[in-house]
Amino acid sequence: MMIRGADIVVRSLIAEQAEIIFGYPGGAIMPVYDALYDYHEQIKHVLTRHEQGAIHAAQGYARVSGKVGVCLATSGPGATNLITGLADAQIDSTPLVCITGQVAAHLLGTDAFQETDVVGISMPATKWNIQVQRVEDIAAAIARGFFIARSGRPGPVLIDITKNAQTDFGEYNYVPCLGFRSYKTYEPVEVSKIQEAADLINKAERPYVLFGQGVVLGKAEAELKFFLDKTGIPAASTLLGSGALSQDHPNYVGKLGMHGNYAPNLLTNQCDVLIAVGMRFDDRVTGDLKRYAKQAKVIHLELDPAEVNKNVKAHVAVVGDCKESLSMLTSAVEGKKHESWMARFRELEQEEKSTVVQPDIMPTKAGLTMGEVIHQINQYKADDAVLVTDVGQHQMIAWRYFNYKKPRTQVTSGGLGTMGFALPAALGAQLHDYSRQVVCVVGDGGIQMTIQELGTIMQTKAPVKIVLLNNNYLGMVRQWQQMFFDKRYSFTELDNPEFIKIAEAYNIKSQKVSDRADLKEAIEDMFIHDGPFFLEVVVEKEDNVFPMIATGCSVEEVRLS
Amino acid sequence: MKRYTIFVITENFIGILNRITIIFTRRGINIDALTASESRLSGIHRITIEVTANEDTVIQLVNQIEKIVDVIKAFYHEDEGVVYQEIALYKIPVSRLDGGLEKVIRQHNAKIIAAEPEFVVLELTGHKEQTQELLEILKGYGLLEFARSGRVAVAKRMLTIESFIK
Ligand SMILES: Cc1ncc(C[n+]2csc(CCOP(=O)(O)OP(=O)(O)O)c2C)c(N)n1
Ligand SMILES: [Mg+2]
Repeated sequence: MMIRGADIVVRSLIAEQAEIIFGYPGGAIMPVYDALYDYHEQIKHVLTRHEQGAIHAAQGYARVSGKVGVCLATSGPGATNLITGLADAQIDSTPLVCITGQVAAHLLGTDAFQETDVVGISMPATKWNIQVQRVEDIAAAIARGFFIARSGRPGPVLIDITKNAQTDFGEYNYVPCLGFRSYKTYEPVEVSKIQEAADLINKAERPYVLFGQGVVLGKAEAELKFFLDKTGIPAASTLLGSGALSQDHPNYVGKLGMHGNYAPNLLTNQCDVLIAVGMRFDDRVTGDLKRYAKQAKVIHLELDPAEVNKNVKAHVAVVGDCKESLSMLTSAVEGKKHESWMARFRELEQEEKSTVVQPDIMPTKAGLTMGEVIHQINQYKADDAVLVTDVGQHQMIAWRYFNYKKPRTQVTSGGLGTMGFALPAALGAQLHDYSRQVVCVVGDGGIQMTIQELGTIMQTKAPVKIVLLNNNYLGMVRQWQQMFFDKRYSFTELDNPEFIKIAEAYNIKSQKVSDRADLKEAIEDMFIHDGPFFLEVVVEKEDNVFPMIATGCSVEEVRLS
Repeated sequence: MKRYTIFVITENFIGILNRITIIFTRRGINIDALTASESRLSGIHRITIEVTANEDTVIQLVNQIEKIVDVIKAFYHEDEGVVYQEIALYKIPVSRLDGGLEKVIRQHNAKIIAAEPEFVVLELTGHKEQTQELLEILKGYGLLEFARSGRVAVAKRMLTIESFIK
């Protein structure tokens, strides 16, 4: 049977088991929107208030569900509004399929109304992209797009479909993509490498595991746990790795990077074997590379061969799926305990607790701290509550103090550091599962970048718990100005609106807290409330995030103040 | 820094060259020369890229190129690992064609491949050092135009495209 190209688009999405589309209509995508009208029982569509909101929502959805996030936008400005999200998904390996409308094929290249070279613009920000000009090519492009987005190291895909292809009629016959010759999803693990790695680990006196989002993407959380149970090796998490291992696990020693924990950073330069699992040695983790773990033999378990030896040379590179390599490695290593080495971590942890953590989460000074807010959230949150954060001081503080217990509970913009990410991403995460707690921690700067998505939260009734940590500053930039630019606060102070009135205008229940005495109850109310909730907490204006590894410093130069 | 030849075996899809070159642009690395042609197998293209860089960088470039979904295989060699040639064309005014120039042509094994009323075109195939040497000489003969191709190269290693696509 011949059907319209636009129907082929929607049926193909349904065939890929997409359950929700985040999008925004416009001229060049109208045929697809028209088709959606007929399929609303099989596939849901959420109208965001901006295409950036749509793509971040799709990212939030993808991160918590492990499925491909789907996004729909029109040509020209609709498509260019997706670019930030594409770049974000590309660097954070988030599987997305974005479909954009394009002017009719005969108008391409003529500067037609709302024509933009979207394939050209999005090329460096996608894992793969393609323009489809003929109805008969639509289904195959979508099939390939889903396969590419979700397989191997996941990433965003963009499919640009000209209007004529959407309105022409063609045969619909959906054939899922199972692979093609130019694309290797991943390499099989080499057994000899496992043996080499096991030999190093067995001989090690101070081995140390660093784990990243690769563990989550590879669904290797259990394998990581078994490996750690058997080997007794201390393990620290990257920003996006948080949640891959419960923080209650006895081997868990904390978080890595610029604002991570004291011991995990400092002791990186004291271990003798460094085992990196599904992480890419980002500069925010390593600090100065020339002084990073030079004493250690490095074992790198990594899916993407391009990440091996990119920043840190691996003595043993175990390329392949870490779910496979971790379980092979667990069988190959000897059971051990590393008590005195572990004790080093605990000692330094105590130091951080007394000098940083205690004053952060149980402050005695007058002003509220971001840390105490997160600490209170921990008291009420469920084990599988998702924490979605924006970018800035609140992001680092929320990450530091949130008690991660389950996989896929951490949603933040890691590699790109995109302000404005949190609110729409939280919406997307919530729409995957209305019954799961989703807490959105956001700054007064970042929330204003995508605040319009309160409208989408209102319309979908997504029960997101929004916690605005208001310091009336672009706090993270202000901190750098204080520390490295002689306190010259150049354009970082904000005159803010009465945020809760905005929330009220959107019919979202809200509360503002400025006194410590009201905090606990407000958070309790927020969690009890059935529906979205907007909690503004006015926090100390000029607090800083510590520990910190300043730019250009080595991990062992991590500062507590 | 050294001269390397990067080979890319790829599907012949629209935009593939763009995807490859932005990997160089991103790092601010200049491509010395680039040629693209169909391979022995129809539908599969080969791209030869000449670049001056250090080996670590070249390895990363190759890894990132190979990561492109439509690229079948990417690898690199130093000059010793490849057999390569470049073709150069030189346009000289007829008025300068004399015994001296004819001697130069013979000495360099160049060929006259076109003769028009106003100019002749010389062709020399070889390595850049050779075509460059002739270029310097011909500048003294009123050289009107010069063009040199990118490197056309085959690897010495005995591997076939079939082994990459199995
Ligand atoms: C889109 C974007 N623009 C600029 C930045 C640079 N930046 C990083 S953190 C930050 C301040 C964020 O302020 P706020 O949202 O209030 O959070 P706070 O640091 O105060 O918690 C800025 C401007 C960014 N990360 N993203
Ligand atoms: Mg702020």
